[in-house]
Amino acid sequence: MLDLILSIYEIPVINILVKIIVILVPLLLTVAYFTYAERKVIGYMQVRIGPNRVGPRGWLQPIADAMKLMFKEIIFPSDANKVLFTIAPTLAIATALAAWAVVPFGSELVLADINVALLYILAMTSIGVYGIILAGWSSNSKYAIMSTLRTAAQVVSYEIAMGFALVGVVMAARSLNIGDIVEGQSGSIWGWYMWPLLPLFVIYFISGVAETNRAPFDVAEGESEIVAGFHVEYSGILFAIFFLAEYANMILISIMAALMFMGGWLSPFEGVSALGLGDSFLAGSSIIWLLAKTAIFMFLFLWFRATFPRYRYDQIMRLGWKVFIPITIVWIYVVGLMYYLELAPWFIKG
Amino acid sequence: METFVFYIFSAFMVLSALMVITVNNPVKAAFFLVLSFFASAAIWLLLEAEFLAIILVIVYVGAVMVLFLFVVMMLDINMAQIKKGFVNNLPLAVAVAIAMFVTIFFVVGGESFSESVFTIPDRHGADYSNVAELGKVLYTDYVYSFEIAAVILLVGIIAAISLTLRRRPNTRHQKIEEQVAVKSKDRLQVVKVDAQPRKYEPAKEEQK
Repeated sequence: MLDLILSIYEIPVINILVKIIVILVPLLLTVAYFTYAERKVIGYMQVRIGPNRVGPRGWLQPIADAMKLMFKEIIFPSDANKVLFTIAPTLAIATALAAWAVVPFGSELVLADINVALLYILAMTSIGVYGIILAGWSSNSKYAIMSTLRTAAQVVSYEIAMGFALVGVVMAARSLNIGDIVEGQSGSIWGWYMWPLLPLFVIYFISGVAETNRAPFDVAEGESEIVAGFHVEYSGILFAIFFLAEYANMILISIMAALMFMGGWLSPFEGVSALGLGDSFLAGSSIIWLLAKTAIFMFLFLWFRATFPRYRYDQIMRLGWKVFIPITIVWIYVVGLMYYLELAPWFIKG
Repeated sequence: METFVFYIFSAFMVLSALMVITVNNPVKAAFFLVLSFFASAAIWLLLEAEFLAIILVIVYVGAVMVLFLFVVMMLDINMAQIKKGFVNNLPLAVAVAIAMFVTIFFVVGGESFSESVFTIPDRHGADYSNVAELGKVLYTDYVYSFEIAAVILLVGIIAAISLTLRRRPNTRHQKIEEQVAVKSKDRLQVVKVDAQPRKYEPAKEEQK
């Protein structure tokens, strides 16, 4: 019996499918409980309790939400383009999940170990905007089209800053492969790229918040101005898919920040003998470190939402074009200089 | 398998390119153009040009077409007005199309790319990095042409900005530097007022 299962597993297509499921199921569960964590964390920050009715301490709340959304009626607005109206959320979720194909979870734990992984992720996140554009346009609604225009401009602007921030990482690691980028940061916590690339690190994460249309950059949804933005006409499972895509993208931005600037699965205590950790798991690299680092950034998303008021639209554009892009360009020169000076421990030529 | 994938994406590309020019709605046409870009990126991937393929997706699909759509969605295009002279101009259009097709056919037809002219390139192993190869060639052999192209692009950017930049002195706009630099005492004044018993005054009726 076991032999049979193993031989089925050897078939390439089955093998890949199993790996995809192994990545996607935990991801979707994380998304579900991320929404719960969001409501709880923001609740406590605002001196409320948050959801506490469904199941013990509200633990079943995301399941209840999912059930509710699944059984709700999907309403198509009059004169809406039905085909595009349904394709839009599909496109949003497809790109959000496809990007996970190249995300490594350990030095061997990766579905597709490709050379241009970083560019692939940029490409996937940039296609993701079509989900929003299609949704806004096909809804035949003024609020939705307003939101679409806002999103298109915002995402294109922040993509540039994000791309430049990644150029710094690529220069430091001399590779577009995410595994190589992580290995380039080995050593202790001081080997991480967040120290020499600190401005790029900050800009990357803020641009990531803007790319995923999260507070304080959530003018695309801006409840007080344009109701709910691009998904104002969506209901039921189609809305849930947009929701899922947004949260999957948030987790993607978080894990990418952890991989590229905070050493991914490497331990911060690696090679630090003074602590006397020896060969214990704290000093070794493992997926636990990666997930812990990712959780920090995921928490930041929630913290931002509870803390900052929404940016004004012209301020968003100013921040992207007149602050972030010049800083990144200057810092790319600085990285070049550090590379030329072979600044230890990050820029030693191998 | 590879040929099969090639034909699938080629079919996608040709069909969506056809839809770009036949579909009625300009927004839909733009979406089909996106699909055709995407299919051509997939074909480039088959040619082991993964860097160019993904750059095509990032630049054309992710940025250029988004701005295209942005403009097309804002325009109020009257299709009836555009289609007005269609039948009258059809013979001329067909003649131009045939002339173009014939010239393209002679330049890039089957003969000029046949195996007698080019040798079939070798397949590379999994450790071959297209990005590294491209980078080496661009920054050594073709460094001057690369830099000249970059300068031309920069000039283009500056020209485009200077053409669209209009200073309108009469419009009101926020000076963000001043907004950021403002202190609380610039905006808020605390005035001490002695407490006094308040007299009751009935509210006056508003006069119209």
